[in-house]
Amino acid sequence: MNTEILGVILMFATVVALAIPLGRYIGKVFNYENTWFDSIFNPLDQLFFKLGGINPTKEMNWKQHLVALLIINVVWFVLAMLVLTNMSWLPLNPDQNPSMSADLAFNTSVSFVTNTNLQHYSGESGISYFGQLILMLWQFISAGTGIAICAVVFVAMKERTADTLGNFYSFFVRSCTRILLPISLVVATLLAFNGMPMTFEGKDTITTLQGDTVQVSRGPIAAFVAIKHLGTNGGGFFGANSAHPLENPSYFTNIVEMVTQMIIPIAMIFALGFVIKRRKLSWMIFGVMTIGFLLLTIPTIISEMEGNPAIANMGIAQNMGSMEGKEVRFGSTASAYWSIATTVISTGSINSMHDSFTPLSGMNQMLAMMVNAFYGGCGVGMLNFYIYIILAVFISGLMVGRTPEFLGKKVEAKEMKIAMIIALLHPFLILVGTTLATSLPNLTAASLSNPGFHGFSQILYEFTSSSANNGSGFEGLGDNTPFWNIACGLVMLLGRYLPIIGPVAIAGILAGKKYIPESNGTLKTDTPTFGLMVFAVIAIIAALAFFPALTLGPIAEYFSMPK
Amino acid sequence: MSKNTSLFQKDLMQEALKQSFVKLNPKIMFRNPVMFTVEIGTAVMFFVCLWILAGEQSQGSFAYNFIVFLVLLLTLLFANFAEAIAEARGKAQADSLRKTREETPAKKMTAIGKFHADDIQIVPSSQLKKGDLFFCEAGDTIPMDGEIVEGLATIDESAITGESAPVIREAGGDKSSVTGGTKVLSDRITVQVNTAQGESFLDKMIALVEGASRQKTPNEIALTILLAGFTLVFVIVTVTLKPFADYANTPITIAAFISLFVCLIPTTIGGLLSAIGIAGMDRALRANVITKSGKAVETAGDIDVLLLDKTGTITIGNRKATNFYPANGIDEKHFIKCVVLSSMSDETPEGKSIIELAGINPVNYQILIPIFIKFTAETRSSGVDFENTRIRKGASDSIKKLSEKAGNVFPTETEERVKLISSNGGTPLVVSENEKVIGVIELQDIIKTGISERFERLRKMGIKTVMVTGDNPLTAKFIAEKAGVDDFIAEAKPEDKMNYIKKEQAEGRLVAMMGDGTNDAPALAQADVGVAMNSGTQAAKEAGNMVDLDNDPTKLIEIVEIGKQLLMTRGTLTTFSIANDVAKYFAIIPALFIVAIPALQGLNIMHLHSPESAILSAVIFNAIIIPLLIPLALKGVAYKPIGASALLRRNLLIYGLGGVIVPFIGIKAIDLLVSIFI
Repeated sequence: MNTEILGVILMFATVVALAIPLGRYIGKVFNYENTWFDSIFNPLDQLFFKLGGINPTKEMNWKQHLVALLIINVVWFVLAMLVLTNMSWLPLNPDQNPSMSADLAFNTSVSFVTNTNLQHYSGESGISYFGQLILMLWQFISAGTGIAICAVVFVAMKERTADTLGNFYSFFVRSCTRILLPISLVVATLLAFNGMPMTFEGKDTITTLQGDTVQVSRGPIAAFVAIKHLGTNGGGFFGANSAHPLENPSYFTNIVEMVTQMIIPIAMIFALGFVIKRRKLSWMIFGVMTIGFLLLTIPTIISEMEGNPAIANMGIAQNMGSMEGKEVRFGSTASAYWSIATTVISTGSINSMHDSFTPLSGMNQMLAMMVNAFYGGCGVGMLNFYIYIILAVFISGLMVGRTPEFLGKKVEAKEMKIAMIIALLHPFLILVGTTLATSLPNLTAASLSNPGFHGFSQILYEFTSSSANNGSGFEGLGDNTPFWNIACGLVMLLGRYLPIIGPVAIAGILAGKKYIPESNGTLKTDTPTFGLMVFAVIAIIAALAFFPALTLGPIAEYFSMPK
Repeated sequence: MSKNTSLFQKDLMQEALKQSFVKLNPKIMFRNPVMFTVEIGTAVMFFVCLWILAGEQSQGSFAYNFIVFLVLLLTLLFANFAEAIAEARGKAQADSLRKTREETPAKKMTAIGKFHADDIQIVPSSQLKKGDLFFCEAGDTIPMDGEIVEGLATIDESAITGESAPVIREAGGDKSSVTGGTKVLSDRITVQVNTAQGESFLDKMIALVEGASRQKTPNEIALTILLAGFTLVFVIVTVTLKPFADYANTPITIAAFISLFVCLIPTTIGGLLSAIGIAGMDRALRANVITKSGKAVETAGDIDVLLLDKTGTITIGNRKATNFYPANGIDEKHFIKCVVLSSMSDETPEGKSIIELAGINPVNYQILIPIFIKFTAETRSSGVDFENTRIRKGASDSIKKLSEKAGNVFPTETEERVKLISSNGGTPLVVSENEKVIGVIELQDIIKTGISERFERLRKMGIKTVMVTGDNPLTAKFIAEKAGVDDFIAEAKPEDKMNYIKKEQAEGRLVAMMGDGTNDAPALAQADVGVAMNSGTQAAKEAGNMVDLDNDPTKLIEIVEIGKQLLMTRGTLTTFSIANDVAKYFAIIPALFIVAIPALQGLNIMHLHSPESAILSAVIFNAIIIPLLIPLALKGVAYKPIGASALLRRNLLIYGLGGVIVPFIGIKAIDLLVSIFI
């Protein structure tokens, strides 16, 4: 078999093989079972709680959890804004990079707070090392927030009636110290020993073979890149993200980064099974997500390996597939695989230019973000999937002649209302955002590198990426203008917090309801049939809401290409 | 009463057609968010037509726009018709019940002091008030619902139940209720009116079916939210498509926008939703069950535990004698003679069955001056004395006591036989002659044929059946096993039922039960679905949330299925409706853009004739699928007890996959037709 395809299969197999034991470990962390890290982290956690004046055993209801989450996020948001707008005179700025403008700082802070990591600046020239460190901290906080709030929903799904669901601060600290920190250390070490810089010195000067002198940017990249992927953040140290030779030097680092970004979202699926003691449910979810992932990945890989018909028509051989915008060290297959993995999961880091992919691959990248729940971001992917489960439970519950129930709790009007609002939100943000951009050509036309269908795809992609908190871009878009900074900033905020509040509210309300024991007439949610139902709900909601927009973008572009 | 009215009777059709137009009133339409948006779209199309008549050129031909307008109007009318025909059917059913409430003369009694005879007045039944007394004699039609306060009568209830055999109703017991419209066949009863005019259960049910006071049930509200959500998604999709199309320089006509919108929103289920709800209650009414709310029918579908009385539900009426076992050394003929004599004055069904089994008319034994000893709770035996013979039959311990007191030994083989009968679910009756045990009669419960299959069906639905009986635990266990129920309450007192219900409810299960006595009232009220028998006491009927006019204890099973059918019909049609969107997209989206972007011909996988024919075919399909599904909505989707997962798989295959495929075929077929004309 083609070694490029073998490489992709190896990457996926490694992730799954590591994610299952990691899921068991995460399950133990949130069930407060003993793990071998306890002796190191118990004192550390205690120190944090003492410093913060927090009682980690205080039980919280779902509303208190959300309040705690928002408090943590607001405090750090303000701090990030302050640093980004003042970094020109703050320490750790050897390259004398300027402070950000207010709208860019707003966009950047929102972007990192919301785990989107959409970047309207370039790391080389737009930010100091101090700024990078603040962003790095944020990559921990936003990922920890996602994992912790997901743990709250897991606890709520347990078989009992309860109003309180553990302590948010405790979940949050445990997510950061016991999950993100140790894995980041391992990954950063691997990367640093494979050619990635890890330094606080400023630009290096080298002389090329031609005799020119070139300034090469560097910095604490290995540490940054580790959490960038582990936390499904995706914000690049450099503008070119993981396509940059110092941010992803080799095929091996590419594998490490790839595995790192997928591992927590997949491990969270298995963690659910361990927390609520329903491992079959985890396999159902994993199955649905994986089928969705493969349905997007395989056509993309095929399409990219075949090459671009427009180039073929010019009589140019494309033995390596479509290589425009891709790095030779990764090749078209691994790039295609990465492009779907990074959009399916909310990482949004790139190792090739999505703008240059063939139209249907571009569509698959957008569909991945439109669904935003095939694995999805750290913790939040499961929350998005939870909404789809609730909708599927409702329709299929009726179909078997019972008031719909999920894990022994009745799903009623109030939960449906919340689920429907959240399901509506994503299409609303993307389509309305795109409408704004297309109807205000005097604000946006200048930023598009292509007119016509592809230009429309660029706009659609930008808002999809913002709303899905993905952060990747169709890089043809010149997006550092007040319009894009503010519009995308708002979309990111709404697209982050409402889809967290919704599932937590539903899970919290359901947790307080009476538990109904399972009977023969109860709809089982851990079966392939139900999995099919969830898949159909996802496909129909995503397809129905976005099909017309996609038709005017990538689909029209595809059919208009010379064959 | 006609049970099988055909789905579309002529007079019902006429009424429903009229109502279809009346219901176009936006105020009524507003209750249904999905169809209300269709109405707005129809109104817009009306103005577009006027605009074209005024000379507008950009929107296509008048004929095309007018046809779109007409098809949308038809969509609305079809949806209204579905609701109207369901209401008309329910109303017709209710009317036939209400006919029994026509004006009847009532013999109203007014007490005038303690020592005078009551004053009797003949008044029309409509003038009776709650608390009034009236009396009925043989041949009278009972003017109003009430409770017998004095007397006993045989009553012909066929007007309500369709059952021709007369029933006995008497004061004081659990069968003291009489229903207006039924006929007294013999004797005389005094009845107290216990409901005010227009407030009887039947009146409430009629109001529910007629839609006047129909409240949406919890599941219906949740489903409406889901459908409204889907509608909103498509509002966003359609509205934002306008700037997208402008951006891509592809002008889209208003007709195309509205057609896209109407086709995508779930009009099929939106149009049929209220019809399904009404039809569910109508089905209950057809099963002769009066429900006090739509919610009760829905709850019935969720039931986890069913409490069933043994007698009448699981077993046929009463116990029957099945065997005679004479003690050692006793001649069988002599034993049978004693048995028959002891039972000759025994009017209980058990006593009669003994004589039946013996096959001998007691008159054949020429005995002189028999003195019959009645059964008392103290002696727990009955019998006969004549000449020098004293025959007794009764519970084994009481006869044992009797014989041992007289110094006789209780035979060991009898002792063993008694145990054997008990453990086989029978009831032993020991017989003594002059205080000497001469044998045992075996009484057995006869389990209804087919009942264990029904329980198996319930088990597959996930419902636990519990038998309630006054029998001892040993007998109860045997019958429970034989009939196939999952659990039993033996030696049940009314509070046992209540406690059992509370226990199950505390564990999160929903419980249904049926009852008739005043004793049952608290348990009926406690149960999530309490079905009172119409013959039962007023207290029982007030406490439950359904009344069964047939007094049929197995009705609960039917009610559960009606509830499940109601939910399933909603679920499957929702799935069907949403699945239809896939094909509609492939019809309309290429049609929208094909003129400006000819390359999109590749999306026209159905090869529809032209953009206009594609849009028309989609809206026409969208409209006619509603009347095509009305029969299904009214009859309900058949419930198959095959387990939830298998049922989901089956319904997903039929209504999900079917919902994807059918419109492809339908739209293509309509397009072939439409393309002949344009």
